[in-house]
Amino acid sequence: MSTAPKTWKEWEKPLIELEEALGKLQELANRATGTERDRLLEKIKGFEKRRDRYLDTKYHNLSAWEEVLLARAEPRPYTLDYINALFRDFIELQGDRRHGPDNAILGGPAFFNGQRVMVVGHQKGRTISERTHRNFAMSRPEGYRKAIRLFEMADRFNLPVISFIDTPAADPSVESESRGISEAIAASMLSMFELRVPTIAVVIGEGGSGGAIGIGIGNKVLMMEHAIYSVIPPEGCAAILWRAPERGAEAADALRLTSRSALELGLADEIIPEPRGGAHRDPAVAAESVGAAIQMHLDQLCKMSPDALKQHRYERFRSVDGLREASPSDLPLGK
Amino acid sequence: MRLGAKSKTPTFSDAFLQCARCKKTLFRREFEANLSVCPYCSHHHRLSAAQRIAITFDVDSFVELDSDLASDDPLSFPEYSEKLAGAVAKSDRLDGIVCGTATIGKLPVSIAVSDFGFMGGSMGRVAGEKITRTLERGADRGIPSIIFCASGGARMQEGLLSLMQMAKTTAAVERCRSAGTPYIAVFTDPTMAGVLASYASIADVILAEPRALIGFAGARVSKQAQVVKAPDDFQTSEFLLKHGMIDRIVPRKELRDTLESLVALLGGGK
Repeated sequence: MSTAPKTWKEWEKPLIELEEALGKLQELANRATGTERDRLLEKIKGFEKRRDRYLDTKYHNLSAWEEVLLARAEPRPYTLDYINALFRDFIELQGDRRHGPDNAILGGPAFFNGQRVMVVGHQKGRTISERTHRNFAMSRPEGYRKAIRLFEMADRFNLPVISFIDTPAADPSVESESRGISEAIAASMLSMFELRVPTIAVVIGEGGSGGAIGIGIGNKVLMMEHAIYSVIPPEGCAAILWRAPERGAEAADALRLTSRSALELGLADEIIPEPRGGAHRDPAVAAESVGAAIQMHLDQLCKMSPDALKQHRYERFRSVDGLREASPSDLPLGK
Repeated sequence: MRLGAKSKTPTFSDAFLQCARCKKTLFRREFEANLSVCPYCSHHHRLSAAQRIAITFDVDSFVELDSDLASDDPLSFPEYSEKLAGAVAKSDRLDGIVCGTATIGKLPVSIAVSDFGFMGGSMGRVAGEKITRTLERGADRGIPSIIFCASGGARMQEGLLSLMQMAKTTAAVERCRSAGTPYIAVFTDPTMAGVLASYASIADVILAEPRALIGFAGARVSKQAQVVKAPDDFQTSEFLLKHGMIDRIVPRKELRDTLESLVALLGGGK
């Protein structure tokens, strides 16, 4: 376990070397003519095959810990990348009407394939200044209170809600505690349970505990193939259990936080396949898959009545762990 | 009877104990008569679920339900089965939530009490199910629900299944709201993380015992995240009251009467 990688770049290293070599060969081929050119093109094809084979084997056999690192990788598409690729006329609405703006959760109405919807999602940053601006996608209470406003508005104007989940956790700062981060998360979930429009939650990267489920009450919960969903960050789990945060890889295994585990446990409804080598290798194709999955579920859900949608969401989360039918409670007092 | 233990000479700790806060030596009998509150510094010591029920609800009114729900180890999580078996053996219960029906001031209520002694009152599938059934019973029968919280948060050994309890219990709160039945939460030491960020914080009325630890982030994460130094009362009942997150701090000896009045005032059903 001491050999567990620290970043996703470790296993992409041979790939980067291979792709550099490919680039050079391509340059040579461009300048060459006749049989020399054919020979080089043949070689390129061979290298590409080797690359694809590496990607296929590697990315189909990632350990839970590698999935964690990949889910956190900064080139992965973020909420705004999906919004830009899949939605038209997105108008971000920023006010929580209580305290102030929050840049870790954004949202607003938009057109999705011509249909009016409300989009809400966590937003990460790539550069240091972006990350700080987004508070590392750790939302403060204002983010959830803004989300509640958007959910309620969606309900009034009959817009289905699409939420994108990608957060390490909700913001644990003193300020967030004093403004009621716990209440904000709980109230946001409660608000989603009250909705009479379809809700679809898509875990696109990190599904980090309460901060994630705060906007995760979907009639359908979808997960990207290389997304994770966990009750606690693996390092935190290892710190509590073994007083050894460096044993995150072991904790990741134990927590069963991969998309495949979530599907097996019945906690996710569908896994959205990612392009070969992960969503960051081909964001356009990744977005296309996300769009297709959302459209498919949206079509199904839009056939349901408002009351049925609310009831369906309740049933989904009420029965999700299989305990509802376990030893039905006796009712000595009668109803 | 601690002092009447057969074939065993009473020891010092049978008759005395030390206050966890001010460290003064207390007479056990006096301490228990004072509802486990230190007579010197008024520190509210943690109560077991049984003790809590005994001092809160009408005598002999409690009917326990769902006591046969047992936690298992759905993820085969390292060391979890052993820990669980240990907690069961120590407590003689299958999980940390005790729930059922009772009366307070002769009015029927659906109740759940969390026992911190059982794996830190952590919320796994069974705890979440019992909280959910408690709230649903309140909604179905048109009676108020009262939940005493005491928990370190979600039970990480059940992974994502534990996280889902936050959603499930929140859904149950929604049922109470739809049914128009009151839900009263009492935060006791400690009320943390996944429990605080789900059913606990969205009760109609939230009471807290004095100086209980109440917060979202555990001490370790919280320290790391502190750019601004936390105030001395950070994550206490007093801090939450000051910020409008709870309704009242109620000393233990007044809690029963306050709950009785609230149940009578908010009534049961529409």
